[in-house]
Amino acid sequence: MPDGKPNLNGIWQTMNTANWDLQTHGPAMAPVVAMGAQAATPPGIGVVEGNEIPYLPAAAKIKEANYAKRLALDPETKCYLPGVPRATYMPYPFQILQSAQSLMIAYEYAGAARNINMGKPKEPPTDSWMGWSNGHWEGDTLVVDVIGLNDSTWFDRAGNFHSDSLHVIERYTPVSADTIQYQATIDDPKTFSRPWKIGMPLYRHLEKNLQLMEFKCVEMTEELLYGHLRKEPRKQQ
Amino acid sequence: MSYRSIAIMGTLALAAAAAVAQAPAKTWTPSRTADGQPDLQGTWTNATLTPLQRPPELAGKEFFTEEEQAAFEKKRLQQNDVESVDDGKRGPADLARRAYNGAWFDRGSHGVNTRRTSLVVEPSDGRIPPMTPEGKKKFDEAHSNFAAHPADGPENRPLSERCILFPNAGPPMLPEPYNNNYQIVQSPGFVTIMAEMVHDVRVVPLDGRPHLPSNIRQWKGDSRGHWEGNTLVIDTTNFSYNDKSRFGVAYDGFTDQNLHVTERFTRTGPGTITYRATVDDPTIYSKPWTIETTLSKRDEPIYEYACHEGNYGMFGILSGERTQEKTAAAKAK
Repeated sequence: MPDGKPNLNGIWQTMNTANWDLQTHGPAMAPVVAMGAQAATPPGIGVVEGNEIPYLPAAAKIKEANYAKRLALDPETKCYLPGVPRATYMPYPFQILQSAQSLMIAYEYAGAARNINMGKPKEPPTDSWMGWSNGHWEGDTLVVDVIGLNDSTWFDRAGNFHSDSLHVIERYTPVSADTIQYQATIDDPKTFSRPWKIGMPLYRHLEKNLQLMEFKCVEMTEELLYGHLRKEPRKQQ
Repeated sequence: MSYRSIAIMGTLALAAAAAVAQAPAKTWTPSRTADGQPDLQGTWTNATLTPLQRPPELAGKEFFTEEEQAAFEKKRLQQNDVESVDDGKRGPADLARRAYNGAWFDRGSHGVNTRRTSLVVEPSDGRIPPMTPEGKKKFDEAHSNFAAHPADGPENRPLSERCILFPNAGPPMLPEPYNNNYQIVQSPGFVTIMAEMVHDVRVVPLDGRPHLPSNIRQWKGDSRGHWEGNTLVIDTTNFSYNDKSRFGVAYDGFTDQNLHVTERFTRTGPGTITYRATVDDPTIYSKPWTIETTLSKRDEPIYEYACHEGNYGMFGILSGERTQEKTAAAKAK
């Protein structure tokens, strides 16, 4: 950029299975039998440093319970905002919009968006789904300190979760013209015995005329959420 | 949690709503972004006490005098507060009327700085032009359908109640009773407009690329921008069609799949952007119509408005309707 900062503008996406499970995992049957292979869990190498998520004993039990009921409990099923860092590795593109004074990230999933405050760090007025992001540059790395996250989001479809004490520090480091190395340090003393890290590359979309499409998934969840309250219930497929 | 957050947001927005109304300075030249665009960046509000359409009692009056504008503003603010007065009535309609009051409304404390009596500036009578026969038919059908089936399912409700789209996001970006806040970011080759309601982001490419194929429909349409001198022009097509009016509950507007919106953003001073939007929908309206508002600069950041996540209202509306049906059926026996 003309101000000497790295230019992170572009449409980016990860290429991994972190949204299914942050840790290394094998394939699993779809939670809905009719979906067959279409909704099966794709196997994948994990993105957690050391592959261990250091849950406190009580939290580990909640994680297991979450996994057992993951289809019903995962906020993604209801089209809820994904939170941070999950927004980054949802299987949808996102666009970084960077100018000399502003930095915004628009995500295709649920139309989620974040403003990264690049000025003096500020405290959020209240907790929110996408949290409050204070950013600054450390050399060529954009460091985003994310606070004010509520306790309602998950990290993945495997039931990995957190409390409202979550504090995430993200690092976006350009490593080539078309890749950014992304790292998130996750700290939540109510849930984990120590901070832990995930890391993955972000890849630039090179397709000509690509654009974020409108994915207002609310409409896709109305039958799930409100179907039982219809005057005439729809025939289930 | 979400509802509590929204209430806090509402209060904050109100506290920060002192919009800077500055007279347009015609000689003012905007600074440029690094890639040469006139700079529109920042946080803005189009909150206004001015109604979309000119009230019938002001027919023929395009502009207020300063005194008239002040009197009008005072009256409108009082109306906001009258609605909050507890008159002891406890019927469902009374409770609904008091659900939003002066503490909630964020229409600012002023009318538009041109002292126009309506946001509609063309036609010059300040009214949305008559509908075509086809448009009227669709409009009447939608309204009678809504009256007969107010809440058979979520799809019967307006887009805003479903947390899909509020008129603030537009286009056209129309002020609502509250949360009329926007942020504009200009990165090389794009202008991005984020509406606080409901974290709706329009990323507008400026590179002259074609619109999406016409079979692809989006609630906010598909926007393409270009600069004409110091004016940003955004052309939007490919709108989704919904007979619950994409202009939401506050307006009588009605559009279909042929909607075409042309917006013009002109920076007129350090604290102001003049916003014009022309609504052209030849199957619905007999002629195009244009609104004009002022976007006034704010120093506050915008916040997250998570609507769907806390949409307990939809459960209440639908289960209330089912309960009424059961009660009516029991009485009929």
